[in-house]
Amino acid sequence: MSKGILYDATQCIGCKQCEQACATENGLPYDDLIADQQITSAHKYTAILIKDDKFMRKLCMNCDDPACASVCPVGAMKKTALGPVTYDKGRCMGCRYCMAACPFGVPKYEWEKAVPGVRKCIMCSKRVAQGKQTACAEICPTGATKFGDREQLLEEAKKRIHDNPGKYLPHIFGETEVGGTSVMLLSSVPFNLFGFRTDLTERALPMYTYQVLSRIPDFVPLFGTMLGGIYWITHRREDVAEAEAQEKKQKGGER
Amino acid sequence: MTVPRIRFTFWKAIFLFIMAAGVYCTFLRFFRGLGASTNLSDQFPWGLWIGFDVMCGVMLAAGGFTLTAAVEIFNIKRFHSIVRPTILTAFLGYLLVCAALMYDLGLPWNIWHPLVMRNPHSVMFEVAWCVMLYTTVLALEFSPIVLEHFQLKRALKVIRSVMVVFVILGVLLSTLHQSSLGTLYLIMPNKLHPFWWSPLLPVFFFVSAIAVGLAMTIFESSMSSKYFGRELELPILRDLGRVLVVVLALYGILRFEDLYHRGVLNLVLVSSYQQHFFLLEIFLSVVAPLGLLLIPKVRESAQGLYLAAVLTLLGFVTNRLNVTITGVENAGARYTPKWTEVVITAMFVALGFAIFGLVARYLPIFPEEKVHIPALSEPEARFAEVVVPVHAGD
Repeated sequence: MSKGILYDATQCIGCKQCEQACATENGLPYDDLIADQQITSAHKYTAILIKDDKFMRKLCMNCDDPACASVCPVGAMKKTALGPVTYDKGRCMGCRYCMAACPFGVPKYEWEKAVPGVRKCIMCSKRVAQGKQTACAEICPTGATKFGDREQLLEEAKKRIHDNPGKYLPHIFGETEVGGTSVMLLSSVPFNLFGFRTDLTERALPMYTYQVLSRIPDFVPLFGTMLGGIYWITHRREDVAEAEAQEKKQKGGER
Repeated sequence: MTVPRIRFTFWKAIFLFIMAAGVYCTFLRFFRGLGASTNLSDQFPWGLWIGFDVMCGVMLAAGGFTLTAAVEIFNIKRFHSIVRPTILTAFLGYLLVCAALMYDLGLPWNIWHPLVMRNPHSVMFEVAWCVMLYTTVLALEFSPIVLEHFQLKRALKVIRSVMVVFVILGVLLSTLHQSSLGTLYLIMPNKLHPFWWSPLLPVFFFVSAIAVGLAMTIFESSMSSKYFGRELELPILRDLGRVLVVVLALYGILRFEDLYHRGVLNLVLVSSYQQHFFLLEIFLSVVAPLGLLLIPKVRESAQGLYLAAVLTLLGFVTNRLNVTITGVENAGARYTPKWTEVVITAMFVALGFAIFGLVARYLPIFPEEKVHIPALSEPEARFAEVVVPVHAGD
C-alpha cells in the first residue's frame, strides 16, 4: 500500500517543529536564521510558508509518476513502491535534468560544492521502510501533517472538506496534479498565494516524453531500411547507366 | 601555387586572449564549483552551457549528416567535393559538445554512468547513447582522411568497404538525437512558454537541424574560400540555397500551423518579453533568409548566399536559446550568463575555428586539384593523385 502525507493548513500553528525534525533526521543544520527562511533549499528540505495568519508547507510532493525519476538518465531518482521518491548520489552525474523537469521546482543543487549533489525531501524513505512515520508527521503537535496510506488520507481529506462547508477550498492539491502525488495539501486560501501553480496538467508528465520515446524501437528498423533502400535504388540506377554506357562503347567499337 | 593566407595576426591575438581567459575560467569551474563560475540557480539549473554549447553545438554540427545523406544515400554526386569539410565540422562539433558537457555536468567524472546504469524512459539517456555512438561514427567517417594522409591503403580499403553501413547508422543516429534534443523539453508543458512548448518540438528540432546543416555548409565553404584561398564552388552552394529555401518554408509554415492549432497564435501580436524574442527568432531564422533567397539575384551570388546562411544560423541559435532560456524564464526566474560562462563558450567556439583551420591545413580535407597542402611531400602528392579518383567514386 502506497504511503502519503496529508498537510492541513487550517490545523497548522506555524511552530516549525516539522522543519526542525526534518533537519535532524537528514543531518542538516538548523537554527533561528534557517527557521526564518521561507524557501526550501539544499540545506532545508521543508519550509513553513507564512502569509499573514495563514500557513502552508512546502516539501517534495513525491509524485506518483515523478518527472524527476523519469528523466534521470542513470536512474538516480527512483519512485519506491511505498511512496517516497529517493535519490542516489552514487549514480548521479549532475546533469540536473531532474531540476529542469520538476513541475514544483523541488530538487535543489549544492552549487557551492566541488562535488555537488541534488538535495530534496525523500519522504523519510528509510523510516517509512521500517514501518515508521515521517519525522515531520511524528513531531507535528496538532496533526496538521498526517502520515498514512495515501488512499485513506485522500478519503479523509475529502471528508474534511465535505464536513466543514466553507472552511476549505474545495481542492486537494496533489489529488490529480501531474497524475497525483503522495503528498497532499488542504488549504482555506488559494494555493497560488504561496507560489503553487494551479494550472498544472492532470496528466502524468512522463507520458509526454514516453509517447515519443516508445516509438523509437519501431522507428529504427523502418528508417534504417528506408535509408538502405534509397541507397540501393539510387546506386542501382548508376550501375545500370554504367553498364549501358559500356554496351554502347562496345557496339561502337564493333562498328 | 599560392601560399595560403593564414597570417591574420589580429585573430591570433584574439584567440590567445580567449584561451588565456578560458584557462582561468576552467580553473574557477573545477576548483570553485558551478556556483562560483556560473549564474545558475535552483530556479534556473540549465544556462548558456546547455543552451549554446550543447544545444547549438549539436545543431551546428548537423551539416555532417545532412550532406553525407545527400551524397552517399541519395547519391547526389555534385555535392561530393564538400562532404569532407562538413564531416570535419561535425566531428569537431561533437567533440567540443562532449568537452563542454564536462564543464556543465556537476559530477563530470560520472559521465560514463549511462553506459551501465540504464533508464530507457529518459530522453537524456537516449541522447547520451546517440551522441556517444554518433561521435564514434563520425570518427570512422573522418578516418579515411587520416588514413589517406598516412598512406594506410589496406585500412582504407577495409573502412571504405563498410562505410555505407556507418553512413546509414550516422543518419539514423542523427535523426534520433537531433529530434530528441527537442523531446527533452516535452516534459515541461507548464514551464516552457507556449511559443516554444509544442508536441511537435522533436519535429521542429529535426527540420531546423537540416536547415542549419545546409546553412552551415554554405557558411563553411565561404569561409574556406576566404581563408584558405580555395575556389568557391558557387554552383553547389546555389543548389544548397534552393534546398534551404524549401526547408525554411516548410519549417515556417509548420511553426505557425502549430501555433494556430494550439490556440496561441494571438500571442504573436501581444507585446511581451517572450514575444520580442519570438519575433526576433522568426525574423532571423525564417523571414529574412527566405526573403533574401527568394530574390534570384541574391540566391545566385556568393555574398547573398553567405548572408542568408549567416542569418539562418543566427536565427536558429536564437531559437535554441529561446527554448532553453527565454521560454523557461516564463516560469518566473531570470537568467543572464556570468562572464565566466561566456568565456568558456567563446573558448569552445574559438577552438572550433582554430582546430578546423589546422586540420584543413595538414590533412586532405578539400579535393586535391583545388587546394595547396604545404606539408605534402612528393610521394604523398603522388599517392593523393592515385587516391582521389578512387575516393570520388565511393
